[in-house]
Amino acid sequence: MISADLTIVLPEILLAIYAMVALVGAVYTGKDGLAGLLTWVTSLIFVLLAAWIGFGEGGTQTAFNGMYNNDAFSRFAKVTILLSAAAVLVMGQDYMARRNILRFEYPLLVALAVVGMMVMVSAGDLMALYMGLELQSLALYVVASLRRDSVRSTEAGMKYFVLGALSSGLLLYGSSLVYGFAGTTNFAGIIQAVGEGHTPLGLLFGLVFIVSGLAFKVSAVPFHMWTPDVYEGAPTPITAFFATAPKMAAMGLFARVVHDAFGGVVGDWQQIVALLSLLSMYLGAVAAIGQRDIKRLMAYSSIAHMGFALMGLAAGTAFGVQAMLIYMAIYVTMNVGTFAFILSMEKDGMPVSKIDALNMYAKREPGKALAMLILLFSLAGVPPLVGFFGKFYVLRAAYDAGLAWLALAGVIASVIGAFYYLRIVYFMYFGEDQDGLDKNRSPVLSVFLMGSAAAMLFGVINLFGVETLAQVAAAALVN
Amino acid sequence: MDNLLSIVTFIPLAAAAILLVFLRGDDAAAQRNAKWVALIATTITFLVSLFILAEFDPMNTGMQFVEEREWLLGLQYKMGVDGISVLFVMLTTFMMPLTIAASWDVKHRVKEYMIAFLLLETLMLGVFMALDLVLFYLFFEAGLIPMFLIIGIWGGKNRIYASFKFFLYTFLGSVLMLVAMVAMFADAGTTDIPTLMNHTFASESFSILGVHIVGGLQTLLFLAFFASFAVKMPMWPVHTWLPDAHVQAPTAGSVVLAAILLKMGGYGFLRFSLPMFPIGSEVLTDLVLWMSAIAIVYTSLVALVQEDMKKLIAYSSVAHMGYVTMGIFVVNQQGIDGAIFQMLSHGFISGALFLCVGVIYDRMHTREIDAYGGLVNRMPAYALIFMFFTMANVGLPGTSGFVGEFLTLMGAFQKNTWIAAIATSGVIFSAAYALWLYRRVVMGDLIKESLKTLKDMTPREKWIFAPLVAMTLILGVYPSLVTDIIGPSVEALIANYDTAVAHMADAAHAGDH
Repeated sequence: MISADLTIVLPEILLAIYAMVALVGAVYTGKDGLAGLLTWVTSLIFVLLAAWIGFGEGGTQTAFNGMYNNDAFSRFAKVTILLSAAAVLVMGQDYMARRNILRFEYPLLVALAVVGMMVMVSAGDLMALYMGLELQSLALYVVASLRRDSVRSTEAGMKYFVLGALSSGLLLYGSSLVYGFAGTTNFAGIIQAVGEGHTPLGLLFGLVFIVSGLAFKVSAVPFHMWTPDVYEGAPTPITAFFATAPKMAAMGLFARVVHDAFGGVVGDWQQIVALLSLLSMYLGAVAAIGQRDIKRLMAYSSIAHMGFALMGLAAGTAFGVQAMLIYMAIYVTMNVGTFAFILSMEKDGMPVSKIDALNMYAKREPGKALAMLILLFSLAGVPPLVGFFGKFYVLRAAYDAGLAWLALAGVIASVIGAFYYLRIVYFMYFGEDQDGLDKNRSPVLSVFLMGSAAAMLFGVINLFGVETLAQVAAAALVN
Repeated sequence: MDNLLSIVTFIPLAAAAILLVFLRGDDAAAQRNAKWVALIATTITFLVSLFILAEFDPMNTGMQFVEEREWLLGLQYKMGVDGISVLFVMLTTFMMPLTIAASWDVKHRVKEYMIAFLLLETLMLGVFMALDLVLFYLFFEAGLIPMFLIIGIWGGKNRIYASFKFFLYTFLGSVLMLVAMVAMFADAGTTDIPTLMNHTFASESFSILGVHIVGGLQTLLFLAFFASFAVKMPMWPVHTWLPDAHVQAPTAGSVVLAAILLKMGGYGFLRFSLPMFPIGSEVLTDLVLWMSAIAIVYTSLVALVQEDMKKLIAYSSVAHMGYVTMGIFVVNQQGIDGAIFQMLSHGFISGALFLCVGVIYDRMHTREIDAYGGLVNRMPAYALIFMFFTMANVGLPGTSGFVGEFLTLMGAFQKNTWIAAIATSGVIFSAAYALWLYRRVVMGDLIKESLKTLKDMTPREKWIFAPLVAMTLILGVYPSLVTDIIGPSVEALIANYDTAVAHMADAAHAGDH
């Protein structure tokens, strides 16, 4: 029996073993000299694992008495997480090397965080959930303050840690209440306890606390306060990482908890999620308008996008989950490209993140400016770019679930949000000429930027088949 | 030729891709090549689109040249034209080569300029051909991107403000339409436009938050679409983006905006509002008619006091679009025929007027009316052409402007005498502002020093105007060229509308007993 269980979690185990062995190995041998190599190797392993999981056998299996699931949903989320993490690692390598912060711990901590994320999206039990979440969070706290001699970076790490610990506390308290009233930590058990006619009030209390803790991780308003500071303070490659894989993992976990454990009482959590969604969309749209720093702006942008993804979740239907997954896949792809662009923003070898540094960028680098233009319009949700389809799916899901007011509020928020994306376009295309940024020398960044923009452009044909995959994934979760 | 429509739609896009990928450098040769590629591509598009017109069967009121392919989420890639849309397609393909030719003197980022216009042509054609709600929305919205860039990059001094206002105004209008489309998708289970035209959306009245909504879902859907199309049209009081956009846009941008982009609103009313939400339309008809009447009078008066030529013509466009909405929402044969006719004719006339402004703007770099005077002494040919289009704008019999205005007014008279009477006064105002503009710019003595070295129009400029003059005259003296094509489709549209409304009245009547 145990061997069958182990087979199911084999990818996670292999990745964890790799991280630990490499950690010890690097300590005793080349230390930071190996960092570059380790980054590439780690990315390669991510890609291989993604291929293994993606092309591997289908079906649904559970391991360790239901603590751990391997189904289409977790596979979809894992492939997205692995690929985006691989992309972000490769993208940031050059940046970190040139600033002497490419330590060998960096790729390995990311690998450990990814293990945590993979556990999160497969969790079938509150214990597994917490374990995955903490593994991810602890690795991320360290990564956020990787630049030890920078006040801002350490401050970012510290803020993230304190607030993250608070949210973990909320989540744990909620879990204890749920355990107390349901008598089990297993999702399958909880859904039975919930489904027996009347739900005990304590269970609902627990649900609210768990949802608050999760909202923290997806940076939904009103639990978003850490996001702008951490995004701004952390080194850019790490910000790029924060904006992609952990968001997917947290949304995946969110969907798992509300559907696997509380799928019987959709009405009870739907209002909470809808409210989170509404607040996130508006705060993200309005607060970003005044930002002059592109990393901070992307933080608010990600808050707004999480609001839209939560709108899909708020629908409480299989189609809603499908819409959320499609939205997240698109969001992650767009952010990889956008951060590839931000990473390439340099002046005299120093990173720049002020938006007005982009003045007339289009004149000097027309190709990259065009790619960024496509990404920005896609982020704003303007058709025919793929970002629009993400919005269309969640709107449809929300409307079908009777949340027409949320759909209406969402589109108005998206108009407000369009303003700040247009502002970047304005600087790039209509601004005044001035000393420009350096010519970008990194071909890796260009590849990711162009690739992401091309995906946004050509995805209109069939979304690269993501629609069907997401549908299968959603069907595995909601039944 | 099974996919004639797709070919026509995507020729400009292919040309834009060729420019993007293969054209390098920004020297004189590259600029010349970019212009020629754009001109040839738009001309080929026009020539190919003539096949559509040639093979179009006006008596068939259904969709023709239909193409259908599977797409995402049960959506389809479906294109087709009927009597209502075919002439808008032709208007677009006809105007684009002229627009490109009119931009021959652009010197600044020529390649991008041409790409933007080619892209815009594809998107505009797509709007008029799309037979799937989401496909329509895709083309409709995507047009904002190139237009935003055209105004923002090649525009005048205040271009930033104008481009943002243009984008956000129209974006806000159309996202409401998006929600309505989602609602229709959920209600009817399809986004196929011909199917939706035969689908009856619920029209039972209900209350939301204590507000009683007559016509129920249909009224709400109508309002959401109205928000989008009224902004695009633009109708008073949401017209304020248009003068800014027109003034700041480069000449060719203004021409496309006035001649084609504004028509999307009117087309939308005919394609969606009337056939899909007849009850909603019926409930709100009076509101729309009064808005149109106010628009005609109010914007004509505003036009009278403008000091900028482009702004004056922009306000005159709003007034003329007032006739269009009035004609559409009286829902009778003359009214709708007239509205479509007015849209086509306005495409030629206002496009030509913006080109006229462009001719002297290129020479003097100002659009202030006060900066001119007595141009007739130096530019006789220009004076003649400007005169012709001023008269056409006023609605002189014998030009196409007259037919459109007359038909819509006749339609309005049958429905509501007051509206018709108020709208007719607009004809007088339009004569006032247009002739006064002409008098101040062209007539009088040539006193200003700066104007004394002006040269008359070049052969290129004359050739650009020739087709527009021809079309304005031909349609003016032989309007049945147009009405024969649109007539049967309009008749079918009105018949469906009347049936739906009568049905509703019967049901209400039965409910009373």
